[in-house]
Amino acid sequence: MRIALAGQPNCGKSTIFNNIAGYKAITSNFPGTTVKYTETRTHIFGYTCDCIDLPGTYSLTAGDPAELEARRHLLSEEVDVIINVVDASLLIRSLELTLQLLELEVPVLLCLNMMDEAQRKGIQIDAPKLSSLLGIPITPTIATTGKGLKEIFIEAVRVYEEKKRGKTLKFSRDIEAIIDELVSVLHSEWPVNENVPSRFLAIKLLESDEFFVKEIKAADFLSRVRFFQKKLEQIHGVPSDEVISSERHALAMNLFEHASTVIHPPKKDIRIAIDQWVMHKFLGYLILAAVFYGFFNLIFGIGGYIEEPLMELFDRWIGQVEGFFGEGNLSFFLSKGILQGIAGGIAIVLPYLVPFLIGLSILEDIGYLPRVAFLMDVFMHRIGLHGKSIIPFILGYGCSVPAVMATRILEFPQHRFIVSILTTMIPCAARITIIFALVAFFISPNAALAIFALNILVVAISGKILSTFYPEASLGLILEIPSYQLPPLQNTLKKSWYRIREFIVIAWPILIVGSALLALMEYAGVERYFNWFLSPLTHLLDLPISVGTTLIFGLLRKELSMIMLTQALGTTQVLTVMTKPQIMVFTVFVTFYIPCLATIAALWREIGKKGALLAILFTLSVAIFLALITRIFLGVLF
Amino acid sequence: MPTTLDQIYENSKAKVIDIQGGAGIRQRLSQMGIHPGDTITMLRYGALGGPILIEIHGSQVALGRGIASRVIVEEME
Repeated sequence: MRIALAGQPNCGKSTIFNNIAGYKAITSNFPGTTVKYTETRTHIFGYTCDCIDLPGTYSLTAGDPAELEARRHLLSEEVDVIINVVDASLLIRSLELTLQLLELEVPVLLCLNMMDEAQRKGIQIDAPKLSSLLGIPITPTIATTGKGLKEIFIEAVRVYEEKKRGKTLKFSRDIEAIIDELVSVLHSEWPVNENVPSRFLAIKLLESDEFFVKEIKAADFLSRVRFFQKKLEQIHGVPSDEVISSERHALAMNLFEHASTVIHPPKKDIRIAIDQWVMHKFLGYLILAAVFYGFFNLIFGIGGYIEEPLMELFDRWIGQVEGFFGEGNLSFFLSKGILQGIAGGIAIVLPYLVPFLIGLSILEDIGYLPRVAFLMDVFMHRIGLHGKSIIPFILGYGCSVPAVMATRILEFPQHRFIVSILTTMIPCAARITIIFALVAFFISPNAALAIFALNILVVAISGKILSTFYPEASLGLILEIPSYQLPPLQNTLKKSWYRIREFIVIAWPILIVGSALLALMEYAGVERYFNWFLSPLTHLLDLPISVGTTLIFGLLRKELSMIMLTQALGTTQVLTVMTKPQIMVFTVFVTFYIPCLATIAALWREIGKKGALLAILFTLSVAIFLALITRIFLGVLF
Repeated sequence: MPTTLDQIYENSKAKVIDIQGGAGIRQRLSQMGIHPGDTITMLRYGALGGPILIEIHGSQVALGRGIASRVIVEEME
């Protein structure tokens, strides 16, 4: 049996999912964290259950690609039970989706999540009453603490066995009459897609759902739909989609009034006071700058503190290897390569990656990011982008792949296209490691800050340039700002571990193999062909010719550029072979040039072959241009 | 007197009269729980013509000024 977790964004679907699946789906406190579905297999009472975590959707009317993905799954007829997860503190709005889910004619049960939050807001919900009004079972839960989660799945199995469907709540009589008429027309005339229940379809057509209206090929049928829409509009004096949504809203309000009581006004808690500062016109920006500056220094402080002694240790070991095997033979090169690969992971990447990912997880989970979107919206619009684009950008500081996928929360394809390309230019954790371990470590933390500042400036200018090619008046920002949450530390750590593990099991082995490979190439003397091939570039940028190979390896994983660098230069004391300006030029180039393979693949999926190709060419030209400017600029200064 | 949502004072309440503009905006706003007849609390204005922050049915929503200007409201005492 297949169970789908469906609900509005940020109601805790992924948290519930992770509770049964182990940590598989990234969760955070902003709407739209899940953009594609995740699936897991579990066993309940002898049933093999496939549980799907769907992207959040505010309604079942066609919206952005993430919402369409959720709807596609729900209509696929493969779902046996829908667990409708609801933020109990936002009951009215949430019930509007519940009403639509009930129209799908699939067994539904309601998971009243965030009961603690509802209580704080003074909302007391009479679950048995609501259950009888909707005709579906209801289980109150608090997903973050795991409360009630077991019951919800037991209930899901029961609903499945009984094939129990909820009630279809009726609209006003005149609207129902029109729906009935349209349904009968659908039955007799339209070869309806089997999966779509006709009542649901009729309502969506009356709502002018873009997706279904497009499905209508025959023009005369479309005019019949329009006839019914007109009829509704004549009676109510407003557009037909508004008639339906107002009705649904009224039904939801009605349910809320019958099944819940507001026992006291929302408790004035500290979170409201915090927002007075955090979202303030002026202080908000100061706090934003302070948060990121503090974050930056913290990572550098921790990372640098760990990197230095570890590097010394590995340097000593590499020296011992040399003493053991003697210089210049194959076993020396091979063991040196492997050792440097291991050292790169432990001493260079992990010291910065771990604090960075934990910090990012905390920022995500407490709910700071939507506030950043609020503050930055006006600047995003200046560069021709939508305020919501800030979320892919911030995710980009973690990893470009989820950042590219997060562009699905944007509605317009042209915005997705531009933001996908721009987001690959945001330094991901790997490139941040390079900036820290090379520039901050060997030059100064301020030089590293300068690179981050330059990066933001360049992304802004690129956004301005790219968006002029796609002039489209965009819908402004509509973004829910969720309440702050104090996530259980356990969740935050699990999420960080989930991301760190990705480095340890995927990237690190590649680093070690790559490092050994480079050592072998060095032994065989073939790396000079690569270097020769890239010599026009390295010459142009006035970099040591031996860095050529590292740039090629960097296409596999960005961390490789850094780790290979010490390998290619033959020393971890980078300053003995590269000048400070050279380090800057190298880092600037590595920060911007061609996305790594995994990101190219993600771009290919999201914006197509042409888009991926354009991203490669665009980032390469930007990188060469900027590195050259850096070279000239620093050449004049020093 | 009817005005638009981007014109009312911070911390004041207003009742939605109408939402102007295409089905796109109307649907997006209705998904956020904003319909004619609902009561909105204006929480704050963003800097430099940035978005506004409102409260509707217990949730906080950020709206661009362009969108806010299409929401016709009546200020309440």
